[in-house]
Amino acid sequence: MSLQSPLAKVLGLGAAKEGASHWWSQRVSAVALLLLTPWFLLSLIGQGDMSYGAITVWIGGPVHSVLLSLLVVAASYHAQLGLQVIVEDYVATKGTRMIVLLIINFALLLLAVTAVFSILRIALSVSPVQIQMGTN
Amino acid sequence: MTQRERPLSPFMHYRWQYTNTLSILHRLTGVFMSLGLVLLVYWLASAASGAAAYATALNILALPLIKFALFVALLSYYYHLFNGIRHLCWDMGWGFERAVARKAGWLVFVSAIVLTALTWMCLCLRIYAGGNGGLV
Repeated sequence: MSLQSPLAKVLGLGAAKEGASHWWSQRVSAVALLLLTPWFLLSLIGQGDMSYGAITVWIGGPVHSVLLSLLVVAASYHAQLGLQVIVEDYVATKGTRMIVLLIINFALLLLAVTAVFSILRIALSVSPVQIQMGTN
Repeated sequence: MTQRERPLSPFMHYRWQYTNTLSILHRLTGVFMSLGLVLLVYWLASAASGAAAYATALNILALPLIKFALFVALLSYYYHLFNGIRHLCWDMGWGFERAVARKAGWLVFVSAIVLTALTWMCLCLRIYAGGNGGLV
């Protein structure tokens, strides 16, 4: 017999109390990517000029640098959540599973930080005059 | 330590149908895009590392094998995007009727192929063959 009240039983989402948060985060990041990825493709095709000078202005502009950073962060986060589910489903051995998940988490964090740092570095080195002359 | 008989995952004993084909493709395309993310971050990092590194990156991105990888990533993107929208609709309780679910599945498939062809054409014309500093 449980000593929990009926309300406590209903409110308790299990011991960790965060059963739905993984699922929900996956949906939230999906909606963010639903907006960011079409922007990225359209903007890249619209940009056309891939030369170093043009592309640094494109990446480094105030709007593009923010949206690009959000894109890479949301994509890495969404990938982490999705790959985690795949690994949990198909890798049965606990030890291997933990190691694979660690590698995935570290790799995606490395990617996200590298991307944001690169965007920042470009954004801080491009002058406003360059951006005004460019298409950003 | 004794290993208890564990329950099997549904995919181990269900009859093969279009629904699980679409589902496994969602996962597969997610993995492909995670690999594509590496190329995107490499491109950003190269632009942050100076003109020489960026020129090397452009040469690498123009390699036939990498171009093919980018094409697969693009196809994966559109499939995952449309199937993801289908998933979000399900989350809101829409589209569970047998006929609707089947139609939506086909719609995902066809729109992914059409939009990939369209976008790839734009990318080839604007970026790969772009006159001013475009990829070779």
